[in-house]
Amino acid sequence: MARVGVFICHCGENIARTVDCARVAEYAATLPGVAHAVDYRYMCSDPGQRLIETAIREHGLTGVVVASCSPHMHEVTFRRTVARAGLNPFLCEMANIREQCSWVHEDREAATAKACELVRLMVEKVKWNTALEPIHVPVTRKALVIGGGIAGIQAALDIANGGREVILVEKGPSIGGHMAQLSETFPTLDCSQCIMTPRMVEVKNHPNITLYTYAEVEKVDGYIGNFAVTIRKKARCVDEALCTGCGECQSKCPQGKLKTSVIPNEFDLGLSRRPAIYVPFPQAVPNVPVIDKEHCRYFQDGKCGVCQKVCPAKAVDFTQTDQVVTEQVGAIVVATGYDVMSSGEYGEYGGGRYPDVIDGLQFERLLSASGPTGGEVKRPSDGKVPETVVFIACAGSRDRSHGVPYCSKICCMYTAKHAMLYKHKVHHGQAYVFYMDIRAGGKNYDEFVRRAIEEEGAVYLRGRVSRLYQKDGQLIVKGADTLSGQPVEIAADLVVLATAIQARPGSDALAQMLKVPYDGYGFLSEAHPKLRPVETNSAGVYLAGACQAPKDIPETVAQASAAASKVLGLFSMEQMEREPTVSVVNERTCIGCFDCERVCPFGAIEHREIRDRRGNLLKVVSHVNEGVCAGCGACATTCRSGSIELRGYTDEQVFAQIAAVGV
Amino acid sequence: MKLGSVAREKTRSGFLAEVRRRSGTNPADCYQCGKCTAGCPLTFAGDLDPARVMRLVQLGQRDAVLQSRTIWLCASCETCTTRCPQEVDLASVMDALRIMAREAGLTQAAREVAIANAGLLGSVKSRGRVHEMMLVLQQNLRTLHLFRDAEKGPVLMLKGKMDPLGHKRGARDQVRRLFENVARMEAAERAASTTPRCACSDEGGEA
Amino acid sequence: MSYAYFPGCSQQGMAAEFDRSARSVCDRLGIALSEIPDWVCCGATPAHATSHLLSIALPALTLAKVKDADAVATVCAACYSRLRIASHELREDAELRARVKEAAGVECAGEVPVRHLLDILCNDLGVAAIRERVKRPLAGLKVACYYGCLLMRPPKVVAFDDPENPRVMDEVLAAAGAECVEWPYKTECCGASLSLARPDVVCKLANDILREARDAGAHVIAVACPLCHTNLDLRQADVARQYGVRYEMPVLFFTQLLGLALGVPEKGLGLNRLIVSPKPVLEKLAAA
Repeated sequence: MARVGVFICHCGENIARTVDCARVAEYAATLPGVAHAVDYRYMCSDPGQRLIETAIREHGLTGVVVASCSPHMHEVTFRRTVARAGLNPFLCEMANIREQCSWVHEDREAATAKACELVRLMVEKVKWNTALEPIHVPVTRKALVIGGGIAGIQAALDIANGGREVILVEKGPSIGGHMAQLSETFPTLDCSQCIMTPRMVEVKNHPNITLYTYAEVEKVDGYIGNFAVTIRKKARCVDEALCTGCGECQSKCPQGKLKTSVIPNEFDLGLSRRPAIYVPFPQAVPNVPVIDKEHCRYFQDGKCGVCQKVCPAKAVDFTQTDQVVTEQVGAIVVATGYDVMSSGEYGEYGGGRYPDVIDGLQFERLLSASGPTGGEVKRPSDGKVPETVVFIACAGSRDRSHGVPYCSKICCMYTAKHAMLYKHKVHHGQAYVFYMDIRAGGKNYDEFVRRAIEEEGAVYLRGRVSRLYQKDGQLIVKGADTLSGQPVEIAADLVVLATAIQARPGSDALAQMLKVPYDGYGFLSEAHPKLRPVETNSAGVYLAGACQAPKDIPETVAQASAAASKVLGLFSMEQMEREPTVSVVNERTCIGCFDCERVCPFGAIEHREIRDRRGNLLKVVSHVNEGVCAGCGACATTCRSGSIELRGYTDEQVFAQIAAVGV
Repeated sequence: MKLGSVAREKTRSGFLAEVRRRSGTNPADCYQCGKCTAGCPLTFAGDLDPARVMRLVQLGQRDAVLQSRTIWLCASCETCTTRCPQEVDLASVMDALRIMAREAGLTQAAREVAIANAGLLGSVKSRGRVHEMMLVLQQNLRTLHLFRDAEKGPVLMLKGKMDPLGHKRGARDQVRRLFENVARMEAAERAASTTPRCACSDEGGEA
Repeated sequence: MSYAYFPGCSQQGMAAEFDRSARSVCDRLGIALSEIPDWVCCGATPAHATSHLLSIALPALTLAKVKDADAVATVCAACYSRLRIASHELREDAELRARVKEAAGVECAGEVPVRHLLDILCNDLGVAAIRERVKRPLAGLKVACYYGCLLMRPPKVVAFDDPENPRVMDEVLAAAGAECVEWPYKTECCGASLSLARPDVVCKLANDILREARDAGAHVIAVACPLCHTNLDLRQADVARQYGVRYEMPVLFFTQLLGLALGVPEKGLGLNRLIVSPKPVLEKLAAA
């Protein structure tokens, strides 16, 4: 005979305002199988929990119902409470009489009646509850980091320094990401490459880090602690072991002749040209070139092979093919970063027709000593030093009509930096900044923007630009200054658009592969916007950097370190414990139709062969991988032979609840 | 313009809500970026720039908006509507404001435009189509610019561009009934709505 | 394709040459236009500045007369805009349809698409077909194609081309052999309906447009709207008085230029009706 205890929480006034808790307790006491019922002001408080513990011992309870808030809030609390009193934690259930009752009703009588009913339903369920034991899953203590920008580098180094192995996969030929392209960083004006390259070198030399560049993650199987990752290492056509990085190949490549090359240099965002065999930038890690087959003469018409002939190390190998490797890892950090919206998206800003309308990243290259102009600000069309530069903030951001509705967060700061660095390089030049609001929340950020205005003489105009057009070698910018209510027209030599920060193309496909939710713009979603900012709803997958939302460098590094600490926390155990509320298949009745496999969103269904003692195959049935199963119950409701049940939510439990409705 | 009573006026007059209802676009969406002001070909001629008009609508400044010249100088070129990052249809807002100003009898700021509009519609009402020459003559008479563009008359006649005998006409009876029906329907709709016709009239006791 | 043709009021008066040249060009190109019987004025800007209902009901009266046509063809950008917006709103808004029915006494659901002749030339006929029929290519003629405001705006309702950098007219006239210049004022407003009430304002806008066309090296400006035409052609004398610049810039309807290339006799194009005569430019061209 069941002996259920019912504990009604007032939650201060939250529940008691609309629900007569004493009456609910009185009612609960009359229910068959209920041995004890009581109400209390805060059941989650220490005295409240002690109330439950004492009652379990004194009344010899076999099940507990706590009627209070959502299980999202305190299920863990109360299950631990009953465990302390010697009861299996899964014999404790919560009836939600706050979010689903007191908060959404006003009529006290009706709300009290509903609370009674919710309690009755849960009492009926608890009578069918059985003791469940946690599942233990082994953990592979090795991490995968996807993306070799500053986020991926920081996460990889932190995990590796924590003593665990890391595989770092980068799509491009070198690690470094966008940060390697930047000139100087706000608000301190540190040289970006100077602070970045030591980290890159550390990655390369770290004994715990395996670096795969020019490689992509193709497939992810498995689950937290036990992922199997398939990685495609694209053919560089240069042997990494033999190459000494002497650079002879790229200097001799006939496609790379300064005057004739047509291949846009991606690292300079198309502002310069490069050879077909190339290292993206001098400090690249690894310092090993790749052959761009699309533009290589050897691959296009079979006639060239100069690089192979001149290579003193005999490292060039045209026959190299893609290699596919599989790695076992226990955790995954996604650090795929961002892209900037193309400056050609805006018809009214020239639609990409004007060479002297560039985006912020391109301007970084013009400022950078390693850039196409050697750090001199010269405009792309004719190499003239621009004497008037117009910066347009929010070009695509906060624009639900032409661009994206969100704020890209970093543009206010980098635009102030651009105006400042331009003034440092072109003393007689004048910078104008069209802005809507200045968002400079951050340590020393607002001071930095004020400095651009007060000391560096940048003229800030509060308004958007309606359009710009080319005339007589200049760009006529038609904007407004809403502070004075005047239209403003500026003849500029160069226009820099702070275009919107966007998710990497293909981030949605990656998110689907990892089963991580993502928003309408392709940014990956964290598990909770405040309390779980680096975790995802896919256990064992963590986020770092701008793949989650636009971020600046300090924020990105902080998030990367946070993700690394989560990974190290997971790796602190050889086995991890999971809740046992997963599906289980009755192998005797399973008919092997595998409808469950088709509906399972987590890929948790496996095939299991049933053989007799002689080894003859009798049938193939479904088997639930407890490590992967998320306990959603889709399989249980789909199974036509009724062979699957979800532990903690069995048919008996659910039907008992349904049968108790409206009694 | 007094902004001391912004909040009260905004809630009391419901001006913002009325503009929203009549224009089919929400002026509250405007975040004052000024792109409309920057692109408006007529900013130079108006007394308020378009962004300012939107701001005053948001603040419920009915009289300042309806008495402004700007709403009449708007050429309905839709540049603002096309480029607005918040997808506010400013051209529709300007239409709504002109209609409200006319209803409230506040067309003094741009008499000439109001006369031109009435002139064209009068021509359509009586003939089904526009008679351009009549339009010019009427405009000059009513605005007392008797000789404006007078030198163009002979040239236009010579080129056959002005035909004193008028154009063909189209479906006159249908059109006349249409005008009458619209006037009747809108009068009924106005009577049904409780919105005051002119803010000036209910301003009195507050001062 | 069969087109129900809406000429528009101006094309019966000030801009009769637009109507005449459009008919001639369509005739040459095998585009069959049948005029909508007893059509009425679209209401233009004064209607929508006075009453929303009126601005939809007037075009609805005309649109309801369209029978058995694939599309309504317009030449005037303003008429095009008003008819197209009315048809769009009638399609979307059932309540408006009912009010319009009460006001105009006709039912109109906006089902027949309203299209501009440039759209038809480019997208139904195709520029290749135009090129084939060109008899006297406009070789050496530099044209600034002026689209004005209403042809491309608002893009949610009207756009059949890029609203910031439209190409249709450029493509049609390039097919006619002309050299279309790149210039920045393709879609700037000329002041349109303010011509009557505020000629001073219109002069400033016209001066800007004429200056940019001249600076871009254009011999002539091509337009697709009678209001633009008046403001740019007729107002050049006022511009000269107000700004002291005499442009002598011929302003032609695009149909007139196309007609010249297709070999339409001058009588069918009404070139003599233009205030700034295109004769000197065209004669120089013929001599070269």
